Amino acid sequence: MKRLQKFFMGHSIQRLSKMPGGSMKRLQHFFMSTGFNHASASVFSIIVGLLFGLIILFISNPSQALEGFGIILKGGFSTGAKGTGQVLYFATPLILTGLSVGFAFKTGLFNIGAAGQFIMGGTTAVYIGVLWTSIPAPFHWMVALLGATIMGGLWGLIPGLLKAYMNVHEVISTIMMNYIGMYTANFLVKSYIYDSQMALSKNVAPTAVLPKGGLDYVFYNQMGNSKDLSTVNAGIIIALVMAIIIFIIINKTTFGYELKACGFNKNASKYAGINEKRSIVLSMVIAGALAGLGGGLLYLSGGSGRRIRVVDVLAMEGFNGIPVALLGLSNPIGIVFSAIFISYITVGGNYLQTLNFVPEIIEIIIACIIYFSALSMFFRTLLPRFIKFIKHKKFPEGENIEEGQTQEEGGEL
Amino acid sequence: MNVLFLIVQQTMFFSIPLLIVALGGLFSERGGVTNIALDGMMIMGAFTSIFFINQMQATMSGQSLLLIAILIAVGTGAIFSLLHAYASINMKSDQIISGTAINMLAPAFAIYVARMIQDNGIQQISFNNTFRISSVPILGDIPVIGGLFFRNAYITTYIGFAILIVSVIVLYKTKFGLRLRACGEHPHAADSVGINVYKMRYAGVIISGALAGLGGLVFVVPTSTNFNATVSGYGFLALAVMIFGQWKPLRVLFAALFFGLMKTIAAASSVIPILATLPIPSDVYKMTPFIATLIVLAFSSKDSQAPRAVAIPYDKGSR
Repeated sequence: MKRLQKFFMGHSIQRLSKMPGGSMKRLQHFFMSTGFNHASASVFSIIVGLLFGLIILFISNPSQALEGFGIILKGGFSTGAKGTGQVLYFATPLILTGLSVGFAFKTGLFNIGAAGQFIMGGTTAVYIGVLWTSIPAPFHWMVALLGATIMGGLWGLIPGLLKAYMNVHEVISTIMMNYIGMYTANFLVKSYIYDSQMALSKNVAPTAVLPKGGLDYVFYNQMGNSKDLSTVNAGIIIALVMAIIIFIIINKTTFGYELKACGFNKNASKYAGINEKRSIVLSMVIAGALAGLGGGLLYLSGGSGRRIRVVDVLAMEGFNGIPVALLGLSNPIGIVFSAIFISYITVGGNYLQTLNFVPEIIEIIIACIIYFSALSMFFRTLLPRFIKFIKHKKFPEGENIEEGQTQEEGGEL
Repeated sequence: MNVLFLIVQQTMFFSIPLLIVALGGLFSERGGVTNIALDGMMIMGAFTSIFFINQMQATMSGQSLLLIAILIAVGTGAIFSLLHAYASINMKSDQIISGTAINMLAPAFAIYVARMIQDNGIQQISFNNTFRISSVPILGDIPVIGGLFFRNAYITTYIGFAILIVSVIVLYKTKFGLRLRACGEHPHAADSVGINVYKMRYAGVIISGALAGLGGLVFVVPTSTNFNATVSGYGFLALAVMIFGQWKPLRVLFAALFFGLMKTIAAASSVIPILATLPIPSDVYKMTPFIATLIVLAFSSKDSQAPRAVAIPYDKGSR
């Protein structure tokens, strides 16, 4: 441990300082940046969570534990290109509900209502996909997705208005909207688009199925002469584009800055001339629209894709948006990675059943990862202090390192 | 009259778990710790206590079995809540994150353990309901009131009301309650007069875990004969009821009763003569409790104010 610190504190920095100024500074800047610090905390908690999973595997079935752990690590890859495609297919709704929750977090709101927004968006998309067949082919799925987005936005608008004008806590109103959305969706599916034999929603018209977007050339397994296609489609591309758009809105626009400012301090932003009521409403509308779009993308994926089940259970994709957003630290790019990761080990977990393991191990692992990521915030603030302490106590010669650093920083200015 | 009896009895089945769990959430939040993990704590409490009933019902039955199960549910919830307390008090972590983790962990853990320890690996835990009191001695014979409150009841209903009374006394009439509320409003002020904020917050979270665990059992027993690692999102509803009740015990009672009544009317719409004849689909009835709650909230939340220090980790060094 000591040697390691010496290495990091002395050796590496001295070595680095011999490198040409520019690249060294950039590298140092990267390692010191909060982004790297946060991401490394997430990776750290993933490793701890996985180790915890390994322990559970050992407790439940020692002889097959290592094999089972291998299956979890291999995740979606264990069934080749098709499995990888499935990972992306199941990641698509998670990215959007994660973005929904994460965007609301960034603007100081807690959107537990992604489940309701998601299922209402999905139902609207399927409704348009099944019944509005008069729309010409290339526009049908687009209209369906648009409908899903608008309906999701509407489901976010109501809590937004209630919060802005009636001071109703958004946590309670989005929980209520979840249930209202679930029953409305059940009612709509049962009344208009019900396949009573399968007890599912009907298949959407072929024109409403999302295009494959070229992904069918990548994600398939060869079965003799035929291709065993993955369900993944252009939805994942749309999800990635949405993540980039949200990233730009939050970080690069005045609008996003206003929303964030309202999240930090409503009164201060009001004083600064921001219309804080409008900001709250718009934040919730955008969050709802993202979750609604996620529902559309999941349910418009043709024969092998998912269809809506009529049950009195809230959509899990909506609630799973919360851990996705938390693990991705509410950063749109981080959310993409965390959604793909969660989808990856969940798909892997389904293969665990071949070994007599219970697939819920995966959820336990994800829960542990999130719990440790909560704890790691503590280490994140403690670590710099700890390093500083070590520097002063144990390495008196470290002072010149610090001097060197300050000079570097000075040079940067 | 029979319809009225039925409605009141059913309302109790829905309201009492909401009341107990919302009071639990109230203790945690008045102490300054957000507890969105109520749902997970309910599941854990219900899981261990129902499993205990499942194992012991061959040798025991009736109220004694239920009372021991209640103790187990309380204990499980309290122990499980330590996870949340440790993360949010000692480690000063984001309370939403650790709550979410617990909400994910609890159902997965319950399914996992149930499938590992039960024969033939099923995840449902079934039990025989031997706990219904058809008529409380003496009190059940009082006209009207007896029919409303003392027939077809569960002992848990009375425990729920007892918890309400104790909560009011503890929160408003004891030193502990005053100190707990101080820690939720202004922990630094509390600290400056010698109150150990960490201890008080631990107490709040542990009480909330104990009550949530109990609420899980109270929810499952009258409404089902097996436990399938879910409490139908009642933890989140209880959170809503707590905010609806504006973090005050008596208002929480009214919020829980209001919600339970609406839910009962929705569930019993086919047996209530006036409602049964109307051509309204059942899904519309099912969503009325939630719509009604939203409407009531819209007109009653103007001055709603959460405890000031809720969700903010207490750091002695900060100003």
